[in-house]
Amino acid sequence: MAISIPASRPKLRQRLALRQIDGVTLLLLPALLVVVLLFVYPFAYGLLLSLRPKVGGFAANYIAFFTDPYLYNTIFATLNVSVPVTVLSLILALPIAFRVRLLKHQRLLTTILVIPITLGTVLVAEGLLNYLGPQGWFNRTLIWLGLIHSPIRLLHNYWGVFASLLITGFPFTFLMTLSYVSGVDPALERAAATLGANAGRRFWHIFLPLLVPGLAINFCLSFVQNFSVFPSAVLLGAPAGETRVIAIAAYQAAFEHYDYSMGSAIAIIMGVVQLLVVGLVLAVRNLFYRGSTTGAKG
Amino acid sequence: MTIASSRFDTLALQGVGRSFGPVNALHGVDLTIRRGEFVALLGPSGCGKSTTLNCIAGLLPITNGQILLDGKRIDTLPPEDRGFGMVFQNYALFPHMTVRQNIGFGLRMRGIAKDEAARRIEEAVRLVRLQGQEDKLPGQLSGGQQQRVSIARAVVIEPPLVLMDEPLSNLDAKLRLEMRAEIRRIHNALGATTIYVTHDQDEALSLADRIVVLRDGTIRQIGRPSELYEAPADIDVAEFMGFRNRIDGRSTKGENGLVRIEADGASISGKANGRIADGDAAVALFRAEDLTICPDDAGGIRATVDAVEYRGREFVGLARTKSGTVLSFTSETATEVGRDVTLSVDPGRVLVFPA
Repeated sequence: MAISIPASRPKLRQRLALRQIDGVTLLLLPALLVVVLLFVYPFAYGLLLSLRPKVGGFAANYIAFFTDPYLYNTIFATLNVSVPVTVLSLILALPIAFRVRLLKHQRLLTTILVIPITLGTVLVAEGLLNYLGPQGWFNRTLIWLGLIHSPIRLLHNYWGVFASLLITGFPFTFLMTLSYVSGVDPALERAAATLGANAGRRFWHIFLPLLVPGLAINFCLSFVQNFSVFPSAVLLGAPAGETRVIAIAAYQAAFEHYDYSMGSAIAIIMGVVQLLVVGLVLAVRNLFYRGSTTGAKG
Repeated sequence: MTIASSRFDTLALQGVGRSFGPVNALHGVDLTIRRGEFVALLGPSGCGKSTTLNCIAGLLPITNGQILLDGKRIDTLPPEDRGFGMVFQNYALFPHMTVRQNIGFGLRMRGIAKDEAARRIEEAVRLVRLQGQEDKLPGQLSGGQQQRVSIARAVVIEPPLVLMDEPLSNLDAKLRLEMRAEIRRIHNALGATTIYVTHDQDEALSLADRIVVLRDGTIRQIGRPSELYEAPADIDVAEFMGFRNRIDGRSTKGENGLVRIEADGASISGKANGRIADGDAAVALFRAEDLTICPDDAGGIRATVDAVEYRGREFVGLARTKSGTVLSFTSETATEVGRDVTLSVDPGRVLVFPA
């Protein structure tokens, strides 16, 4: 019985494979194009724009930024709100995630938590304007409980921005933390218990070291979001004072002074600061164990 | 040898039950374990053997009964206060700790002084023959080595009781045999008391001093390996202990205290287990290795060979009787598939149970 092989040309994929090119990799091209058009190009354009200031040499914008306290202090104002909010939401998320991982009806809770994400920062800010205001429910409840005598000021200052960032960012932080916590093999906790470790020591010696890499990534993602705060800093904060964050400075440069070059420079500085913090956190992470979080060979 | 099992006399389970909602995973388990014993909990998956082990370890609270260690109730204690060493099916080694840190974890939790701990860790490493691997992470070890670490970690705390939950089921066949011998050696060397969960009857028979057969959350039989192998208490235990051949029929009285089962135009004699009256429905059970081909005129069971497997020293065949019962038999020579054969079994090797 003879099998006839058609003498046609081999397929494109096979011809590419013969030249050590994996045809499937070519499917990346459309995505790569989108990334170049939407990310690389604007970034490069912004960088070049920032190096062509209205007046002075190519670094004039950067020199102006770092010599004017009104400008360079925005970095600290932004860090001042974004770092505590990120740390606090991680600290809150961790114990809740530890409890929730044992729950059966996790889906209901996650649904409730996802809602603030879908609402968007502006709607949450509008809501908080009422809720945290002098006549809002929050102050009225505290007065009714006798904890305070006159309304405390929670709006148009640091705490308004703080609350808004925490509320909008927390679900995201929590869901990520939950997935990391659930990813630790439960057998490890049981093994530690049989070896004499109580709940606190199980957390300290087993869970925490295994969660550090995940928490570091979680910190970075939340921090980057919080660092670029803009709407809540304007709506709930004091955009001319203590919550004059770096995004406001960039906005004012570009759209109030019509100095796009300076605006771009501030945006680039903003990116560099974010990169520095992320790099620092990831460097610290590298000091810890990074690997599988299960107790057996996969 | 200074690592040794701490002293206790008996561990008693009294009417222990565990239910998950409406499901009774375990009920009415009574079992007493004495110091130095190697006890195997044997049964098919879902029989409650791992549940029993987890209840003893304190990882699962019990819903009925009590567990006593030398007369003191321990079922209300959390696992960290019971102090039993446990070896998990997937080893559960801490992936971020070296072999040394893994083994030393229990000692650290007990606040044992550094040099004392170092000495005991070294000894445990020697016991499981892992010298030179102390500074590796679990991920750098083979499955067998990981299993050794997990055993060393459990015994280094000198627990009164070592609990093992199917510790060999993730290893390949050769390593499983090696580790089986290792586990028995370590048990003997420490004078430990071990409770070993397995679904593999060979493992239980070769390792244990006593075997507890569980099924559907209750104990079916407790006995020495030879007792279980030769005199299983009921049909389920017998089938689990390798009585693969089963013939259903009606009983008649035979000679010398034997009963005869009439089925498929043949009659099989065997030892009666339980009360079987004349004409009762009964089941005869026997092993493949006891069923052999005999001359056609010897009056055995007529059957047609369906398949033959080569097993090295012998052949194991499957034959089908006229009524469709499949029997497995052994023979020293290869038998042709499709051939009609007559099979016979020594009545001393046949167990007859009431159906």
